[in-house]
Amino acid sequence: MAGLEEKNLALLDEPPVLGPGQTFDSVTDTITDIVLKRPIGMGWLLGLAIGMGLLAILGMAVTYLFLRGVGIWGIDIPVAWGFAIINFVWWIGIGHAGTLISAILLLFKQTWRNSINRFAEAMTLFAVACAGMFPLLHMGRPWLGYWMFPYPNSMGVWPQFRSPLVWDVFAVSTYATISAVFWFVGLVPDFATMREAATNRWSRMVYGALSLGWRGSARHWTRYEALYILLAGISTPLVLSVHTVVSFDFAVAIMPGWHTTIFPPYFVAGAIYSGFAMVLVLAIPIRKYYGLEGMITMRHLQNSAKIMLATGLIVGYGYFFETFIALYSGSTYERFMIHNRWFGPYAAFYWSLILFNILTPQVLWVPKVRSNTAWLFVISLVVLVGMWLERFVIIVTSLHRDYLPSSWGHYVPTRWDWATYTGTIGLFTAAIFLFIRIMPAISIFEIRMLLPQAEVKE
Amino acid sequence: MSHAVTAPTLYGLMAEFETPTELVHAAKAAYAEGYREMDAYSPFPIEEASEAIGFHKSAVPLVVLTGGILGGLSGFGLQYWINVIAYPLNIGGKPYDSWPAFIVPTFEMTILFAGLVGMFGMFALNGLPQPYHPVFNVDRFSAVTRDKFFLCVEATDPKFDLVGTQQFMERLKPLSISEVPH
Repeated sequence: MAGLEEKNLALLDEPPVLGPGQTFDSVTDTITDIVLKRPIGMGWLLGLAIGMGLLAILGMAVTYLFLRGVGIWGIDIPVAWGFAIINFVWWIGIGHAGTLISAILLLFKQTWRNSINRFAEAMTLFAVACAGMFPLLHMGRPWLGYWMFPYPNSMGVWPQFRSPLVWDVFAVSTYATISAVFWFVGLVPDFATMREAATNRWSRMVYGALSLGWRGSARHWTRYEALYILLAGISTPLVLSVHTVVSFDFAVAIMPGWHTTIFPPYFVAGAIYSGFAMVLVLAIPIRKYYGLEGMITMRHLQNSAKIMLATGLIVGYGYFFETFIALYSGSTYERFMIHNRWFGPYAAFYWSLILFNILTPQVLWVPKVRSNTAWLFVISLVVLVGMWLERFVIIVTSLHRDYLPSSWGHYVPTRWDWATYTGTIGLFTAAIFLFIRIMPAISIFEIRMLLPQAEVKE
Repeated sequence: MSHAVTAPTLYGLMAEFETPTELVHAAKAAYAEGYREMDAYSPFPIEEASEAIGFHKSAVPLVVLTGGILGGLSGFGLQYWINVIAYPLNIGGKPYDSWPAFIVPTFEMTILFAGLVGMFGMFALNGLPQPYHPVFNVDRFSAVTRDKFFLCVEATDPKFDLVGTQQFMERLKPLSISEVPH
């Protein structure tokens, strides 16, 4: 079976999932050494410093926001959603690729995922943390955020469960929790490896506690595997539901440009699209800097590029049908919405979105581009910007000119909007850099399973 | 290896193997020999190994299912109680029990409970967290998180006999055999 697979791969001219000559020992060392042995390098310090610097900006932006209120942002009536919701949707979408990789590709037995699932899951958690901040900060009185949850209170009031905004609270908090569960469960056997590989007492104790005393018993592994596959099974509909519910925040409203049934699939595809772009943006420098080319091979990068191409086309289909339905519906307001997107004050955003999200990624059809890390990196950045623009266009162009021209307005983000946004990029960057040096960035036990030595021969 | 250790203070005998295939063969041989109180240890899951020691079905799927049903029922029940009984609100003339709107939080609660109950259930069934376990008394055992495979026959097995079991293990051609003290 393995032989046949290799032959097929050779026919397809696909690079292998793992580089040649790996052993149980070498994969363990390669991954644990990054955390336990490698000296702290200038590159890492610089990256962390940038992340921390931007994080400090976030601290300032949030402090000032708490002092002065959301008036420091560019939001106003009619555009009350602005950057906060744009960034919320952008970040949470980025998280989706992590769950797709860890859950959906596991169910489809795509073993190549084993090299990238761990840091993709970390990416999910950090992206959800960044996303979760925005609705909170946007509330005006963030310290009352817990009012969104149903709990018995002296005011005698309860949430209103017919609102998609309440659904969102449930969807996003469940998503954050289950992503953390999936991540931690996956880490436990690797923490045990770290415990045994630890070079000093302090790290041995910390990893030992985190490993819960894992000892690799066959009974434990059987229950572990049963849970792992079930977690994948429940995470799959979960991840699809999260962005569906996010799209309901828009689709349930009667705003032209929002009130469409295509939103759920088109949002989910866009989420995975930007998520894989972020996976590539992270994976390409990490594998280079830490010499992980033997584990995160060109195969992973190429497969990610193909998924981007496919989801990008679904997103393109979404854009096409938004336009088509606006014309076909015969609704003046829907037609005006498209006209306003194309030629209105934010037309430059719309056309850059088409350029970044639809046109540029088409170069991924060329195999040479897919196997060139520099190209992939740049295209992924372009897609990330494109997907951010998509949310900008959806939110701002729909809100700023709705039914009544007398209530039209204009939205311009302020420096505090930008500070909060770049601040969350700092939070994400700092978290990723710390993660790489604190935890095994690649799932060690799952990589061992990919080795030919792991096969039990009769 | 100290033979002064008497049987009751012994946890078991542990054989070390180089490959997963050897471990599975050894576990099968031990099962055929009549040993039941034993465990195989490996750096990654080996389905055949748990089959070989006679561990076939885990209760984890049932635990996850129970968690999911509990979550779904409590999620729907919570919303029904709030929107119909405790705090009825007229929203656009919709019925108080507008159940289709309750599906999304019901679904999310199903997933949430299934996942959390599943995780805690799996760890509980495995007896984790467990800071101390006798197998860690064997120095070579630390390679179980790296590249070695172990089979431990426990002293509580009725067929266990220090000399006899050791002779049996030697026939399996392991890398090493160690006594596991408590």
